[in-house]
Amino acid sequence: MNDRRGTGSVVTMTLGIAAFVSLAATYAIGLTLPKTYEQGDYSKLIAIHPGLAWASYVAFGVTAMASVLWLWPRTRSLTWDLLAGSSAEVGVVFTALTLITGSIWGRPTWGVWWVWDARLTLSALELTLLLGYLALRRVPADAEVRGRRSALSALLAVLVVPVNHFAVSWWRTLHQGESLSLTPKDTLDGKFIFAMVLGFLSMTLVYAWLTIHRYRLARREEDVVTDDLDAALEARRREAVTS
Amino acid sequence: MWRDARLVAGKDLRIELRSRVALNQVAPFSLLILVLFAFALDPDRDVLARAAAGLYWVAVLLSALLAVQRSAALEATDGVPDSQRLSALDPAGVFLGKAAAVAVQLAVLEVLLGVGVVVLYDVHIHGIVTLVATAVAATVGLAAAGTLYGVLAAGLRVRETLLPLLLLPVVAPVLIAATRASESALTGLATDVSSGDWLRLLAVFAVIYVAFGVVAYGALMEDQ
Repeated sequence: MNDRRGTGSVVTMTLGIAAFVSLAATYAIGLTLPKTYEQGDYSKLIAIHPGLAWASYVAFGVTAMASVLWLWPRTRSLTWDLLAGSSAEVGVVFTALTLITGSIWGRPTWGVWWVWDARLTLSALELTLLLGYLALRRVPADAEVRGRRSALSALLAVLVVPVNHFAVSWWRTLHQGESLSLTPKDTLDGKFIFAMVLGFLSMTLVYAWLTIHRYRLARREEDVVTDDLDAALEARRREAVTS
Repeated sequence: MWRDARLVAGKDLRIELRSRVALNQVAPFSLLILVLFAFALDPDRDVLARAAAGLYWVAVLLSALLAVQRSAALEATDGVPDSQRLSALDPAGVFLGKAAAVAVQLAVLEVLLGVGVVVLYDVHIHGIVTLVATAVAATVGLAAAGTLYGVLAAGLRVRETLLPLLLLPVVAPVLIAATRASESALTGLATDVSSGDWLRLLAVFAVIYVAFGVVAYGALMEDQ
């Protein structure tokens, strides 16, 4: 009962250190990036913003995959359900950070915090889909019921992504062209590309590290529920014997 | 499956005919939305007429939420979920029936709202065929997605607050596509993406959610 173990292990420890080191490297290299003519210091955001967006897509994808694996009768297990939920939770953080860093970049560059660009709109929709999914997960239910409900709703949400993509890109991108290419491709310096790729790597590592910890925590929560139930049953049994 | 769908749709529509919830509550609500838009936007400066397509579809979307909630509430009380499971009705049939009943009610609401938009916002209709086709495709999609999320949320204590959060982001493409498709029909002007493309997108959305419902409604019914 008084189990004070954390959710760490050798694997997550290594992963955590790798995530920390790569993040520190991204930070250091990001800060040394030169100012650009159009964007000034804000061009340095290229080190983290695309990486954050990438990690949010990974989170969405992992949730979708885990949901499919839960629904497939042969691979159905609590693991996939908890992984789907954990990945979605971490995904919300990354999606929100993507939108926030994007806004910070957009304010000086475009002059506004927000434009109705295809990719921004899609990210905002993705955030609301994830929030809805997590709200549904928080409704108390049996593991089986919650698993089915969450997995089906995750699939329902994923199905709409391609339709959303077309709707939003026809709606916006065709009107005003690609407003969101961070820096024009032909002038993208090797240094910027290196920082961006490093950002992808470090954000992926951070995502994996957080998700594994969150998953283990979810696992422990499930254990507490069953342990408490066992303890309560045991206590009743003892009462019955002594009385 | 089709027989069960007819039975369920007939039952839902009969309940509506006798209780008149959609007619007496949802329809006035949707007209009220149109009036509220007029209060919020300046009616003199032509804003309403230009935004009519979007406002119309927002009103439809909000009314659809109520219609879906009502449709799911019919099945959620008095042990109906259990008796439905025992009734040997095909879940796919139940889904199609419920979605069809919602679609019929939405269609009536859309006609009513259409008249409201023409009268209140001073809109002239240029392409009636496009409008009808848009309405049909969007209605089927909305009814299918709505019915799915309706049953998903039906058994929950937080259903009233959860349903809009789940449903609205998913039907966002319907709002975008239906608005763009009807815009050209209302203004008579050509747009970048033709109405036909938007219609196809609406049709794809409808097909996806009808197909998903036919396959997965049984599993969702079990959880109620």
